[in-house]
Amino acid sequence: MLHVAYLMPLFPLAGFLVLVAAGRRIGDPVAGWIGTLAVAAAFVVACLTLGGLLNQPDAHRLFVHDYFTWFHVGGLNVPVGILVDPLSVTMVMFITGVSMVIHLYSIAYMKGDPDYPKFFIYMNLFVFSMLVLVLANNLLLTFVGWEGVGVCSYWLVSFWFHRDSAASAGKKAFIYNRIGDAGFLLAIFLIFEKTGTVQYTGGPGGGIFGQLHHLGGGTGTAAVLLLFLAATGKSAQIPLFNWLPDAMEGPTPVSALIHAATMVTAGVYLLCRMNHLLALTHAGMEVIAIIGGVTAFVAATIACAQQDIKKVLAFSTISQIGYMILAVGSGAYVAAIFLMVSHAFFKGLLFLGAGSAIHGLDNEQDLKRMGALRKTMQWTTITFTVGWLAIAGIPPLAGFWSKGDVLDNVYSHYKVLWFLGLITAVLTAYYMTRLQVLAFGGEPRWDKIGPHGEPPLHAPHESPWVMRLPLVILAVAAFFGGLLDLPWIHHDSFEGWLGPVFAGSLYNDHLHAGGEWALALTDLAAALIGVIVGFALWRGAQVDKPQLEPQFLQRVWYWDDFYDALIGRPSQKLATFCAWVVDVRIIDGAVNGMASVVRATGSATRKLQSGYVRNYALGIAVGMAALIVFLLSRTWWS
Amino acid sequence: MIGALLAASAPTVSSAADRIPIPSIRYLSIMPPIIMIGGAVLLLGLASLVSRPLRVRVSTIGSVIISGSALGVAIWQWTDVQSHGAHTYIAHAVVMDGFSVLVTMLIAIAMLLTALVADGYLTREGISGAEFHVLALVSAAGAMLMGLANDLIIIFLGLEILSIALYVLTAFNHRRAASGEAALKYFILGGFSSAIFVYGIALTYGATGSTNLTQIADYLSKNVVLTNGLLLAGLALMLVGFAFKVAAVPFHMWTPDVYEGAPTPVTGFMAAVAKAGAFAALLRVLFSSLGVITSDWQPIVYALAVLSLVLGAVVALRQRDVKRMLAYSSINHAGFILLGVEAGTSRGVSASLYYLFAYMFMTIGSFAIVTVLGREGDSDHDLTRYRGLAQRQPLLALCFAVLLLAQAGVPFTTGLWAKLEVVLATVSAGAVPLGVIAMVSAAVAAFFYLRVAVLMYASKPEVTGETGESGDEGARPPACPDPGAQIGWATPQAASGTVTTLNAELLLAGEEAAPSGEAEPTVVRVPALTGVSIGLCVAATVVFGIIPAPLVDFANRATLLFLGH
Repeated sequence: MLHVAYLMPLFPLAGFLVLVAAGRRIGDPVAGWIGTLAVAAAFVVACLTLGGLLNQPDAHRLFVHDYFTWFHVGGLNVPVGILVDPLSVTMVMFITGVSMVIHLYSIAYMKGDPDYPKFFIYMNLFVFSMLVLVLANNLLLTFVGWEGVGVCSYWLVSFWFHRDSAASAGKKAFIYNRIGDAGFLLAIFLIFEKTGTVQYTGGPGGGIFGQLHHLGGGTGTAAVLLLFLAATGKSAQIPLFNWLPDAMEGPTPVSALIHAATMVTAGVYLLCRMNHLLALTHAGMEVIAIIGGVTAFVAATIACAQQDIKKVLAFSTISQIGYMILAVGSGAYVAAIFLMVSHAFFKGLLFLGAGSAIHGLDNEQDLKRMGALRKTMQWTTITFTVGWLAIAGIPPLAGFWSKGDVLDNVYSHYKVLWFLGLITAVLTAYYMTRLQVLAFGGEPRWDKIGPHGEPPLHAPHESPWVMRLPLVILAVAAFFGGLLDLPWIHHDSFEGWLGPVFAGSLYNDHLHAGGEWALALTDLAAALIGVIVGFALWRGAQVDKPQLEPQFLQRVWYWDDFYDALIGRPSQKLATFCAWVVDVRIIDGAVNGMASVVRATGSATRKLQSGYVRNYALGIAVGMAALIVFLLSRTWWS
Repeated sequence: MIGALLAASAPTVSSAADRIPIPSIRYLSIMPPIIMIGGAVLLLGLASLVSRPLRVRVSTIGSVIISGSALGVAIWQWTDVQSHGAHTYIAHAVVMDGFSVLVTMLIAIAMLLTALVADGYLTREGISGAEFHVLALVSAAGAMLMGLANDLIIIFLGLEILSIALYVLTAFNHRRAASGEAALKYFILGGFSSAIFVYGIALTYGATGSTNLTQIADYLSKNVVLTNGLLLAGLALMLVGFAFKVAAVPFHMWTPDVYEGAPTPVTGFMAAVAKAGAFAALLRVLFSSLGVITSDWQPIVYALAVLSLVLGAVVALRQRDVKRMLAYSSINHAGFILLGVEAGTSRGVSASLYYLFAYMFMTIGSFAIVTVLGREGDSDHDLTRYRGLAQRQPLLALCFAVLLLAQAGVPFTTGLWAKLEVVLATVSAGAVPLGVIAMVSAAVAAFFYLRVAVLMYASKPEVTGETGESGDEGARPPACPDPGAQIGWATPQAASGTVTTLNAELLLAGEEAAPSGEAEPTVVRVPALTGVSIGLCVAATVVFGIIPAPLVDFANRATLLFLGH
């Protein structure tokens, strides 16, 4: 069954090619169905692969196969091949699964868009790239997928590029990602330089993981930090997190799929994939943990003050990925993956629910103009509630277990970061409750004049079944996702399944049962505090509470302003300087100076180039005389 | 006649002074020039038998067949040289080696391409008769003779055959005043330089007792001449003659005027063939006979190269007339080829040969396009005429752009390899500053090539240009009438009205032939044969640019089989 794994990326690629060739002619909605079917086929293959892997005994769940050589230059041999192990199969399962339901949802959501087929072209290409990223058996092929998802993200963020904000958001996303990509490339160079291979495992010398002894000390730390820089770009962590909120300019299914469930977790995946390398450097792990914890906290505070429903969810995503990174930094890879999977379920659900609300309200995204959607959008309300409780960490939903798993591991590693994570949990419950209450609870505000004088909106309507079905599927997954890894059956579930991938580098919290219970209750208390405070503050009809939404948080800790002052404006000044001083004065000056020299030469030659034969003959005679004098002088003086 | 001359110049004149011995002749060694001259004579006779309207086409076909046969024989020669090695023949007066065969092939191909271009030109200008082709064939034969000569007298003979035919060709379009003026200038100055050259031969003979290149070399290697003033004076005078023919600064002054005035196909022919013949003879003389005194001629070649590189590039920048611009560009190219000469190594020789070959395609192709665009009267060569060409005739513009870029030396064309080879040769021979100057001049030269390309692609056709500064106005002694501060575009009228110096009464005729400035640029028809010629030139430039190995190998092998080095 493992041999069919290579078909997985090929189905979305085929869908992409078909849509590129004939998308325009097929049009709305068949193009959407084709795209969805391509991803569904990939999902089926993923299931088959999963089955195949489960049939193998624990220790033999690894399948590496090279299909052909991409290129072979000097000592660098880059094959195109796949690596199937529990980690990559877990990734592809939720990637194809979530992609499939979001494709289904998009069929209705994108209805009527003039570029309907183009949307699915990008989406299928994205799924293909993501699968390449995850299934690749070497760093360079992973990088190909990494760039592929990046460029699809760029296209999809600026999908409605006729809006300036969407166009510039796409550019912002791309540029921030490029900074991370530079780190990725440098890491590849460094690792290749030291180990002579880019393959993870297998191949001559056992791949990178067989050559780890070349990556000890500072080299290993440098490689890890460079990879982490790549992860901060793709996974929107400090210092490169600012692009993700802007990326919400893309269509909501894009936000759900790319900027919540899958692509943004690629950084976490990369770090998990390189876990053996990470294990070599304690300092690197500490940096990762600190950045993750701080990002989780900072993003959660910002999410408390956002007006735009998608921005709240975007900051929430950053915060949740911060948790995952924190888990990775603590060596708790399984917890990180567990949170990643359950997050894909509930955050995908939340985005799709938000999309449904936005869809129902004629593209209004301002929370302050929603309210009482529960009355008209029952399906959306019920499923969204599941997502809300899941992310807030209310048992028995998925979020409680996965976040709890992360915090347990962090507790026994970094007490300060654990405390920060706990505060973040409170904030998470709080801002999600605020969102839930503002959007679905209270009294309707959409029928009133907007804060900037916008006319009242039409009454919201429930979405069609192709949008409701994904909501239900994801709600069920978000509800029961915790079953994947319940704390008391660790060995037979997720941890037993993923454990062999990480082997020695996996950190195990050896908490006794009492400690686990105490931490679980603490988590529950944090979630409840957040929910209760959120209800208490936002229940009323009054929704303008500036004291609860300070400028500092609304302006994202002035992070963009900081970058603007530190990099943006100085760069602009430098560019202006280059344009108006270096270019105009120095370069153009030199060119113009040359031109005047040329002009002078021209005037001089014009006198010589008189057109009179006698002058030309004189020129020849003078030249001849010069030659003779030169040569004869040599004889006389030598 | 040739035999008699050869015998007279042959140093093996025996004791039997009352009889001129006839040396044994291997006809294969001089077969290509014989075919060219014999063919020319036959063609002249044949064409007079054909009815007038058919004359141009028949002579074109004849010319193509003749030069094609010469090329075929050259290939035969090549195989002979490959198997039997290089030898001198006919009392050591001529040589058949890889070098001579390559030059012969180059000239035969150039003749063939020119014949194709000339067909359309002659039809358009309404000039019937085989004379154009006949003269060109004779001229090419002269250039071939220069390539295979092993005797200063033969070189001189070739030079004169080449030149006299070229003088006539320059004046060929008798309806164009500029053509006559240019021919007269060329003739006077050419005669002047020939006289200097033959004086140089005489002095060399006086110093070494022979005109045979091999024997001069033998003499110099066996006798240490402490005060060889006579030889050095001879060298100086011969160098003047060669420098005049290859248009090296400061002996270049005729070039812009003659290139501008000559019928455009002749200009292309002149640029390719005269340069090839003169460079071949120059290389032969410097390497075969004067290799011993390399240290004496090297500084002179160095100086000629520097002056040609700099002046050619800088002055070309200011030209308003495309033919003048290409004339200065040819001076610049001469500087590049001189780099290979200056190196004084076999690598330099093969680099020069390669450059000549690549340049032949580029220059004939370029002038073919200029011919087509010149339109009837062959006087429409102002740069403004190229504005927006890409919109009117995209294919033609693309071809011209490729040829110009090749001359600038961009990658994927032979131009890059040619420049690279000569610079590498000269740098590896130790003349690093010369290499640097060459590269800088290439950068400067790129500007005026690109300017034409940009004009063709970026600008819309514009009929009335604003007044700006003109070129160096060489053919117009009256002061430049446009003192504009910016480098702008002169009105077509200002630049195309050819004010003549020698023949003031023909002024009016010149202006009548010039198009009026208000004429709408129209699409010009590209004659089929000219199109074939342009296509071949572009194809050779690009194909050998992408796959340089065959041509580079060819030049290297030719040098390997270079007798006397």
